[in-house]
Amino acid sequence: MSLYYDLHIHSCLSPCAAEDMTPGNICGMAHIKGLQAIAVTDHNSARNLRACCESARHFDLLFLPGIELCTREEVHLLSYFPTLEAAEEMGRRCLELLPPMKNRPDFFGAQIVMNAQDEEIAREDALLIGALSIGFSEACALVRSLGGVPVPAHIHRMNGAIQMLGFLPPEDAITAVEVKEGDFVPEGYRVLRSSDAHQLSDISEPLYTLQGSTAADILDYLKRNH
Amino acid sequence: MTVKRLMDRIEAEELTNDMNLDRKIASGYVCDLLSWVMARGQEGSAWVTVQTHMNVVAVASLHEMACIILPEHIQMEDAPLRKAEEEGIPVLSSPLSAFEICGRMAAAGIPAPDR
Repeated sequence: MSLYYDLHIHSCLSPCAAEDMTPGNICGMAHIKGLQAIAVTDHNSARNLRACCESARHFDLLFLPGIELCTREEVHLLSYFPTLEAAEEMGRRCLELLPPMKNRPDFFGAQIVMNAQDEEIAREDALLIGALSIGFSEACALVRSLGGVPVPAHIHRMNGAIQMLGFLPPEDAITAVEVKEGDFVPEGYRVLRSSDAHQLSDISEPLYTLQGSTAADILDYLKRNH
Repeated sequence: MTVKRLMDRIEAEELTNDMNLDRKIASGYVCDLLSWVMARGQEGSAWVTVQTHMNVVAVASLHEMACIILPEHIQMEDAPLRKAEEEGIPVLSSPLSAFEICGRMAAAGIPAPDR
Protein backbone atom coordinates (compact mmCIF):
# COMPACT_ATOMS: atom_id res chain seq x y z
CA MET A 1 0.00 0.00 0.00
CA SER A 2 1.25 3.46 -0.92
CA LEU A 3 1.14 5.94 1.94
CA TYR A 4 1.52 9.71 1.86
CA TYR A 5 3.80 10.40 4.79
CA ASP A 6 5.60 12.94 6.91
CA LEU A 7 8.08 11.19 9.19
CA HIS A 8 9.76 14.24 10.73
CA ILE A 9 7.46 16.40 12.86
CA HIS A 10 8.29 18.17 16.13
CA SER A 11 5.72 18.49 18.89
CA CYS A 12 5.51 21.16 21.57
CA LEU A 13 7.96 19.06 23.60
CA SER A 14 10.76 20.36 21.37
CA PRO A 15 11.68 23.80 22.70
CA CYS A 16 12.13 25.15 19.18
CA ALA A 17 8.64 24.04 18.05
CA ALA A 18 5.46 26.14 18.27
CA GLU A 19 3.37 25.57 21.38
CA ASP A 20 0.32 24.70 19.28
CA MET A 21 2.13 21.59 17.95
CA THR A 22 -0.06 19.51 20.25
CA PRO A 23 -0.80 15.81 19.56
CA GLY A 24 -4.34 16.62 18.41
CA ASN A 25 -3.30 19.55 16.21
CA ILE A 26 -0.47 17.62 14.56
CA CYS A 27 -2.65 14.60 13.78
CA GLY A 28 -5.60 16.76 12.76
CA MET A 29 -3.46 18.76 10.37
CA ALA A 30 -1.88 15.60 8.93
CA HIS A 31 -5.37 14.22 8.38
CA ILE A 32 -6.64 17.41 6.72
CA LYS A 33 -3.62 17.46 4.43
CA GLY A 34 -4.35 13.90 3.34
CA LEU A 35 -1.35 12.17 4.89
CA GLN A 36 -1.66 8.53 5.92
CA ALA A 37 1.51 7.95 7.93
CA ILE A 38 3.30 10.25 10.33
CA ALA A 39 6.16 10.14 12.82
CA VAL A 40 6.63 12.61 15.64
CA THR A 41 10.35 13.04 16.26
CA ASP A 42 11.18 15.39 19.10
CA HIS A 43 14.75 16.24 20.00
CA ASN A 44 16.23 13.55 22.26
CA SER A 45 12.93 12.65 23.93
CA ALA A 46 9.97 10.28 23.57
CA ARG A 47 7.72 11.88 26.15
CA ASN A 48 4.97 13.02 23.75
CA LEU A 49 4.87 9.86 21.65
CA ARG A 50 2.21 8.04 23.67
CA ALA A 51 -0.23 10.95 23.36
CA CYS A 52 0.55 11.44 19.67
CA CYS A 53 0.09 7.73 19.00
CA GLU A 54 -3.34 7.76 20.62
CA SER A 55 -4.31 10.90 18.75
CA ALA A 56 -3.10 9.38 15.46
CA ARG A 57 -5.38 6.37 16.04
CA HIS A 58 -8.31 8.74 16.38
CA PHE A 59 -7.52 10.22 12.95
CA ASP A 60 -6.80 6.80 11.43
CA LEU A 61 -3.17 7.67 10.75
CA LEU A 62 -0.37 5.11 10.77
CA PHE A 63 1.95 6.28 13.56
CA LEU A 64 5.65 5.51 13.69
CA PRO A 65 7.32 6.26 17.05
CA GLY A 66 10.50 8.27 16.54
CA ILE A 67 13.12 10.50 18.12
CA GLU A 68 15.51 12.95 16.49
CA LEU A 69 18.81 12.24 18.21
CA CYS A 70 21.67 14.73 18.28
CA THR A 71 24.95 12.84 18.42
CA ARG A 72 28.23 14.00 19.95
CA GLU A 73 29.29 15.30 16.52
CA GLU A 74 26.05 17.34 16.46
CA VAL A 75 24.67 15.17 13.68
CA HIS A 76 20.87 14.98 13.68
CA LEU A 77 19.91 11.33 13.45
CA LEU A 78 16.28 10.30 13.11
CA SER A 79 15.47 7.00 14.78
CA TYR A 80 12.28 5.02 14.18
CA PHE A 81 11.07 2.20 16.42
CA PRO A 82 8.67 -0.73 16.08
CA THR A 83 6.85 0.04 19.36
CA LEU A 84 6.20 2.93 21.71
CA GLU A 85 8.01 0.97 24.43
CA ALA A 86 11.19 0.71 22.36
CA ALA A 87 11.09 4.44 21.58
CA GLU A 88 10.48 5.23 25.26
CA GLU A 89 13.45 3.09 26.23
CA MET A 90 15.55 5.12 23.79
CA GLY A 91 14.11 8.26 25.38
CA ARG A 92 15.27 7.11 28.83
CA ARG A 93 18.78 6.45 27.45
CA CYS A 94 18.77 9.97 26.00
CA LEU A 95 18.06 11.49 29.41
CA GLU A 96 21.19 9.78 30.76
CA LEU A 97 23.24 10.97 27.80
CA LEU A 98 22.14 14.62 27.72
CA PRO A 99 24.43 17.31 29.11
CA PRO A 100 23.40 18.33 32.66
CA MET A 101 21.67 21.53 31.59
CA LYS A 102 18.20 22.70 32.54
CA ASN A 103 15.91 24.24 29.97
CA ARG A 104 15.48 28.01 30.10
CA PRO A 105 12.00 28.39 28.60
CA ASP A 106 12.43 32.16 28.21
CA PHE A 107 15.49 31.57 26.02
CA PHE A 108 14.98 28.17 24.32
CA GLY A 109 11.18 27.81 24.49
CA ALA A 110 8.82 25.62 26.52
CA GLN A 111 9.10 21.80 26.56
CA ILE A 112 5.49 20.72 27.09
CA VAL A 113 4.43 17.14 27.76
CA MET A 114 0.80 16.44 26.81
CA ASN A 115 -1.85 13.76 26.99
CA ALA A 116 -4.00 12.68 24.06
CA GLN A 117 -6.67 15.21 25.06
CA ASP A 118 -4.17 18.01 24.37
CA GLU A 119 -3.85 18.81 28.06
CA GLU A 120 -0.49 19.74 29.50
CA ILE A 121 0.60 17.10 32.03
CA ALA A 122 4.23 18.12 32.66
CA ARG A 123 7.17 20.19 31.50
CA GLU A 124 10.49 18.57 30.71
CA ASP A 125 13.24 20.18 32.81
CA ALA A 126 16.30 18.79 31.04
CA LEU A 127 17.35 20.88 28.03
CA LEU A 128 16.53 18.58 25.11
CA ILE A 129 18.41 20.31 22.31
CA GLY A 130 21.94 19.55 23.49
CA ALA A 131 24.21 16.91 21.96
CA LEU A 132 24.10 13.43 23.50
CA SER A 133 27.39 12.08 24.80
CA ILE A 134 27.48 9.26 22.25
CA GLY A 135 28.97 9.35 18.80
CA PHE A 136 27.11 8.79 15.51
CA SER A 137 28.22 5.17 15.16
CA GLU A 138 27.33 4.23 18.75
CA ALA A 139 23.96 5.93 18.35
CA CYS A 140 23.22 3.89 15.19
CA ALA A 141 24.14 0.71 17.09
CA LEU A 142 22.00 1.66 20.09
CA VAL A 143 18.95 2.38 17.91
CA ARG A 144 19.36 -0.99 16.15
CA SER A 145 19.77 -2.82 19.47
CA LEU A 146 16.27 -1.59 20.38
CA GLY A 147 14.85 -2.84 17.06
CA GLY A 148 14.88 0.60 15.46
CA VAL A 149 16.23 2.06 12.22
CA PRO A 150 18.62 5.05 12.20
CA VAL A 151 17.99 7.55 9.39
CA PRO A 152 20.33 10.58 9.14
CA ALA A 153 18.19 13.73 8.93
CA HIS A 154 18.50 16.49 6.28
CA ILE A 155 21.91 15.09 5.33
CA HIS A 156 23.19 18.04 3.28
CA ARG A 157 22.01 20.80 5.62
CA MET A 158 23.23 22.19 8.94
CA ASN A 159 23.61 19.32 11.42
CA GLY A 160 23.23 16.83 8.55
CA ALA A 161 25.51 13.79 8.52
CA ILE A 162 27.24 14.72 5.28
CA GLN A 163 27.84 18.29 6.30
CA MET A 164 29.17 17.42 9.76
CA LEU A 165 31.02 14.19 8.90
CA GLY A 166 31.91 14.78 5.25
CA PHE A 167 30.29 11.52 4.10
CA LEU A 168 28.12 8.73 5.48
CA PRO A 169 30.45 6.43 7.47
CA PRO A 170 30.44 3.15 5.47
CA GLU A 171 30.96 1.05 8.61
CA ASP A 172 27.55 2.12 9.92
CA ALA A 173 25.74 0.58 6.91
CA ILE A 174 23.11 3.30 6.70
CA THR A 175 20.16 2.17 4.54
CA ALA A 176 17.95 5.27 4.46
CA VAL A 177 18.47 9.04 4.51
CA GLU A 178 16.30 12.14 4.68
CA VAL A 179 16.89 14.89 2.13
CA LYS A 180 15.38 18.33 1.77
CA GLU A 181 13.52 19.36 -1.36
CA GLY A 182 15.95 20.17 -4.17
CA ASP A 183 18.96 18.57 -2.49
CA PHE A 184 21.14 15.95 -4.15
CA VAL A 185 19.75 12.44 -3.73
CA PRO A 186 22.50 9.87 -3.11
CA GLU A 187 22.13 6.50 -4.86
CA GLY A 188 21.66 3.24 -3.03
CA TYR A 189 19.57 4.54 -0.14
CA ARG A 190 15.90 4.66 0.71
CA VAL A 191 15.11 8.35 0.58
CA LEU A 192 12.65 10.14 2.85
CA ARG A 193 11.43 13.64 2.13
CA SER A 194 9.80 14.79 5.33
CA SER A 195 9.05 18.28 6.54
CA ASP A 196 10.97 18.74 9.82
CA ALA A 197 7.89 20.79 10.74
CA HIS A 198 8.18 23.00 13.81
CA GLN A 199 4.81 24.65 13.15
CA LEU A 200 1.51 23.29 11.87
CA SER A 201 1.63 24.96 8.47
CA ASP A 202 4.95 23.25 7.69
CA ILE A 203 3.59 19.70 7.89
CA SER A 204 4.03 18.04 4.46
CA GLU A 205 1.55 18.14 1.64
CA PRO A 206 0.65 14.71 0.16
CA LEU A 207 3.54 14.64 -2.33
CA TYR A 208 5.69 11.65 -1.46
CA THR A 209 4.76 8.05 -0.74
CA LEU A 210 6.32 5.00 0.83
CA GLN A 211 5.19 1.38 0.87
CA GLY A 212 3.61 -0.44 3.79
CA SER A 213 0.56 -0.81 5.97
CA THR A 214 2.07 -1.16 9.46
CA ALA A 215 4.92 0.44 11.41
CA ALA A 216 6.85 -2.81 10.99
CA ASP A 217 6.40 -2.59 7.19
CA ILE A 218 7.81 0.92 7.13
CA LEU A 219 10.81 -0.10 9.22
CA ASP A 220 11.41 -3.05 6.86
CA TYR A 221 11.14 -0.71 3.89
CA LEU A 222 13.72 1.65 5.44
CA LYS A 223 16.07 -1.23 6.27
CA ARG A 224 16.07 -2.71 2.77
CA ASN A 225 18.08 -0.30 0.69
CA HIS A 226 18.16 -0.95 -3.03
CA MET B 1 58.85 22.43 12.13
CA THR B 2 58.34 18.71 12.72
CA VAL B 3 55.37 17.08 14.46
CA LYS B 4 57.68 16.15 17.34
CA ARG B 5 58.80 19.74 17.90
CA LEU B 6 55.25 21.04 17.63
CA MET B 7 54.17 18.59 20.34
CA ASP B 8 56.54 20.29 22.79
CA ARG B 9 55.24 23.73 21.81
CA ILE B 10 51.62 22.83 22.43
CA GLU B 11 52.26 20.48 25.40
CA ALA B 12 50.65 17.61 23.47
CA GLU B 13 50.77 13.87 24.05
CA GLU B 14 50.56 11.37 21.22
CA LEU B 15 47.50 9.10 21.27
CA THR B 16 48.69 6.91 18.37
CA ASN B 17 51.67 4.55 18.74
CA ASP B 18 54.92 4.14 16.83
CA MET B 19 54.32 6.92 14.36
CA ASN B 20 56.92 8.87 12.43
CA LEU B 21 56.98 12.20 14.29
CA ASP B 22 59.77 13.66 12.13
CA ARG B 23 57.30 14.59 9.42
CA LYS B 24 57.45 18.27 8.46
CA ILE B 25 54.39 20.45 9.04
CA ALA B 26 53.61 22.60 6.00
CA SER B 27 50.73 24.61 7.47
CA GLY B 28 48.20 24.88 10.28
CA TYR B 29 44.43 24.56 10.01
CA VAL B 30 41.45 24.56 12.35
CA CYS B 31 37.87 23.50 11.52
CA ASP B 32 35.26 21.07 12.85
CA LEU B 33 32.93 20.76 9.90
CA LEU B 34 34.31 17.74 8.07
CA SER B 35 32.61 18.55 4.75
CA TRP B 36 34.42 21.91 4.83
CA VAL B 37 37.77 20.29 5.54
CA MET B 38 37.19 17.69 2.82
CA ALA B 39 36.82 20.54 0.32
CA ARG B 40 39.68 22.71 1.59
CA GLY B 41 42.22 20.59 3.50
CA GLN B 42 45.84 20.66 2.35
CA GLU B 43 48.71 18.24 2.26
CA GLY B 44 51.04 18.52 5.24
CA SER B 45 48.62 20.49 7.47
CA ALA B 46 48.50 20.16 11.24
CA TRP B 47 44.72 20.07 11.73
CA VAL B 48 43.08 21.13 14.98
CA THR B 49 39.57 19.71 15.57
CA VAL B 50 37.29 18.71 18.45
CA GLN B 51 35.74 15.96 16.30
CA THR B 52 36.89 12.41 17.04
CA HIS B 53 34.73 10.38 14.64
CA MET B 54 36.39 7.80 12.38
CA ASN B 55 35.72 10.15 9.44
CA VAL B 56 38.29 12.62 10.83
CA VAL B 57 40.99 10.08 10.08
CA ALA B 58 39.61 9.50 6.59
CA VAL B 59 39.60 13.23 5.82
CA ALA B 60 43.15 13.71 7.19
CA SER B 61 44.31 10.73 5.14
CA LEU B 62 42.59 12.02 1.99
CA HIS B 63 44.66 15.21 2.19
CA GLU B 64 47.80 13.51 3.52
CA MET B 65 47.85 15.81 6.50
CA ALA B 66 50.80 15.87 8.89
CA CYS B 67 48.82 15.27 12.08
CA ILE B 68 45.47 15.64 13.85
CA ILE B 69 45.45 17.75 17.04
CA LEU B 70 42.64 17.40 19.60
CA PRO B 71 42.42 20.41 21.96
CA GLU B 72 41.39 20.59 25.63
CA HIS B 73 42.43 17.05 26.66
CA ILE B 74 39.98 15.45 24.19
CA GLN B 75 40.65 11.75 23.73
CA MET B 76 39.88 9.51 20.74
CA GLU B 77 38.43 6.00 20.76
CA ASP B 78 40.52 2.97 19.86
CA ALA B 79 39.03 2.21 16.44
CA PRO B 80 39.88 5.59 14.85
CA LEU B 81 43.30 5.57 16.54
CA ARG B 82 44.15 2.17 15.04
CA LYS B 83 42.92 3.47 11.67
CA ALA B 84 45.12 6.57 12.04
CA GLU B 85 48.13 4.32 12.71
CA GLU B 86 47.29 2.33 9.58
CA GLU B 87 47.10 5.56 7.57
CA GLY B 88 50.27 6.97 9.12
CA ILE B 89 48.60 10.05 10.64
CA PRO B 90 49.72 10.89 14.21
CA VAL B 91 46.89 11.94 16.54
CA LEU B 92 47.86 14.35 19.33
CA SER B 93 45.94 15.59 22.36
CA SER B 94 46.78 18.95 23.92
CA PRO B 95 45.49 20.50 27.16
CA LEU B 96 45.31 23.88 25.38
CA SER B 97 42.29 25.35 23.62
CA ALA B 98 42.14 25.41 19.82
CA PHE B 99 42.73 29.17 19.99
CA GLU B 100 45.90 28.79 22.05
CA ILE B 101 47.18 25.92 19.89
CA CYS B 102 46.75 27.98 16.72
CA GLY B 103 48.34 31.00 18.40
CA ARG B 104 51.40 28.98 19.34
CA MET B 105 51.61 27.40 15.86
CA ALA B 106 51.52 30.86 14.26
CA ALA B 107 54.12 32.18 16.74
CA ALA B 108 56.36 29.24 15.81
CA GLY B 109 56.20 30.33 12.15
CA ILE B 110 53.77 27.71 10.84
CA PRO B 111 51.83 29.43 8.03
CA ALA B 112 48.21 29.18 6.97
CA PRO B 113 47.59 26.78 4.05
CA ASP B 114 48.58 28.04 0.61
CA ARG B 115 45.60 29.23 -1.38
